[in-house]
Amino acid sequence: MPFDNPILKTDRLHVSFGRARNKFIAVKDVSFDIYQGETFGLVGESGSGKTTIGRTIIRIHRAYSGSVFFKGQIISGRIERELDRELPQRIQMIFQDPMASLNERAKIDYIVSEGIRGRGLPKKEIDKRVEAALLDVGLLPEFAYRFPHEFSGGQRQRIGIARALIMNPEIIIADEPISALDVSIRAQILNLMADLKKKCGLTYLFISHDLSVMRFICDRIAVIHLGRIVEMAETETLFKHPIHPYTKALLSAVPQPNPQVEKRKKLIVYSPAMHHYDTYLPSFVQIEPDHYVYANTPEIEEYQSAYHQTEPV
Amino acid sequence: MRDIILSIQNLNVKFSLRGKTLHAIRDVSLDVYRAESLAIVGESGSGKSVLNKNLVGLLDPNGRIDSGDILYYKKASSASRTTDESVRAESCVNLARLKKEKDWLPIRGREICMIPQDPMTSLNPLKTIGAQLYETVKLHHGMNARQTKEACLSILNDVRIDLPEKRYYQYPHELSGGMRQRIAIAIAIACRPRILICDEPTTALDVTIQAQVLTLLKEIKDKYHLTILFITHDLGVVANIAERVAVMYAGDIVEIGTVDDIFYTPAHPYTWALLSSLPQLCSRGEPLLAIKGTPPSLFKEIQGDPFALRNPNALNIDHMFMPPYYKISDTHQARSWLLDPRAPKVSMPAVIDKIKHLGGTADAV
Repeated sequence: MPFDNPILKTDRLHVSFGRARNKFIAVKDVSFDIYQGETFGLVGESGSGKTTIGRTIIRIHRAYSGSVFFKGQIISGRIERELDRELPQRIQMIFQDPMASLNERAKIDYIVSEGIRGRGLPKKEIDKRVEAALLDVGLLPEFAYRFPHEFSGGQRQRIGIARALIMNPEIIIADEPISALDVSIRAQILNLMADLKKKCGLTYLFISHDLSVMRFICDRIAVIHLGRIVEMAETETLFKHPIHPYTKALLSAVPQPNPQVEKRKKLIVYSPAMHHYDTYLPSFVQIEPDHYVYANTPEIEEYQSAYHQTEPV
Repeated sequence: MRDIILSIQNLNVKFSLRGKTLHAIRDVSLDVYRAESLAIVGESGSGKSVLNKNLVGLLDPNGRIDSGDILYYKKASSASRTTDESVRAESCVNLARLKKEKDWLPIRGREICMIPQDPMTSLNPLKTIGAQLYETVKLHHGMNARQTKEACLSILNDVRIDLPEKRYYQYPHELSGGMRQRIAIAIAIACRPRILICDEPTTALDVTIQAQVLTLLKEIKDKYHLTILFITHDLGVVANIAERVAVMYAGDIVEIGTVDDIFYTPAHPYTWALLSSLPQLCSRGEPLLAIKGTPPSLFKEIQGDPFALRNPNALNIDHMFMPPYYKISDTHQARSWLLDPRAPKVSMPAVIDKIKHLGGTADAV
């Protein structure tokens, strides 16, 4: 790995909702590292807990056990007030639905600057930073005095990004930032995110269920199923040599814009019942360098032999 | 000559909005063949939903059909061939002329039916699945209570819902998104329509569920001999389900052809732009090809080709006159001056060739 220390690290993270009999564990034993300057993808179906992980990192949900580290410093559980105040500057979030995530009754000016208000900055400085943030995302500064309903979906998503950028964050958690957008607008927003990454040295945690987009934007991908990471690898490795049956099922379901391939396609159906975890308990193991799978001992052997067979000699 | 079930002829739809007129559908003509699946692709605001709302008489109150006809042929032409065109004309309904709700009742649901986009909001949360399905079946088939319930259960079985007897008494909130979409499909096919309009039926679903719902739609299409109109902006879904594709831009169909025509030899610059903005076609680290600018405002009359302003290959004539349809093959036509014999040769962007090689991973898996 060409990167040194991880900028963000989760260690055996568990998140649960409710208590006693109604307890529901949404995230189970999730550990991953995100390195400076990379785009790390979390992929899974709805209800798999991928958004919960993102929200736990920015302290919206409390971690039940396990911990989150930001640059080596623990940021989950009880932390000092000063750190709690500083964190939102370092870690920002972009939301899924640009129609729902902006305050309809506030002007863009206020929406974008909300995060830097109340920090003793003079009005002039705030205005200057709003202007710079809007320009960064490809909007005109005069848009600051309009309301969200005057903008199209793509422009609103840009406003959402400007609101995150104005804090000068180091990590942006992008929770399905393009799934509510049109095809033609998606490309614009993805390009913008790639540009900003270069320009501002950002690190992204990209949460999505769209594997075709993830292949384009992510460096490494973790596949989540029912709150647990079942496979984690570099993007191309994952697409070329998926190991876990759930990853295979997910990949087979992605519609390809190629009619001939679609006609021949066979769906792979995954059912958790295919694992027999009674005798041998599964764990998260490394199958090949930087390629981790959740499996038990017999499965590891099976996966490894299957993996070596597919490899051209 | 294939059998036409629905023929839209020079349709113009206008909306009055804050004292202004919005010309949402601009002179669209489209023939839909019996038992085919036709996908209508376009950005939001291109008029694809408005076009389809006309077919079920659910246009918003401020909209109106300005001119044009929508002819719906109930009977197949093979049935009427013996007594030539007159019988066929008898069974034909001009949907554009239907004004009263009463006139729509025998058409909507019974002949042409629509699956709504979002299964979370389109079902009644206060009624059980069974009750919602029952009322549809009851209204359209007029059977007694026991027969109706049996019919409901068999429909639930058809849309691959396990334990239909149990689901019958459950409420929508007890089911997952994919299951709810199946219920919405069940309600739609319960009335045995001939045309099924699917308005982005899979956008709210996960990829795995989406794939299952698409397979299901193909199955019931064969089983019930349905004609499917599929509205979507997801080109992957189009490749999966459609036999023919119509590309809409600014209230007009700019290109129409078989699915292979559109994906392998597209001819209109807008289709080129749509296809080349697919992330699957791009190499990592390079910017995606995004379509610059925004679609034109439909409040004003558009001079020339509506895509001219965003088209890097626009000719002078594009800004002056609307291009006619040029026939590329028997199944494929497009509306672009670039296809005129006098136009300079502009070839399709090279990236689109890559489409043929896509999905290699899908084979490997």
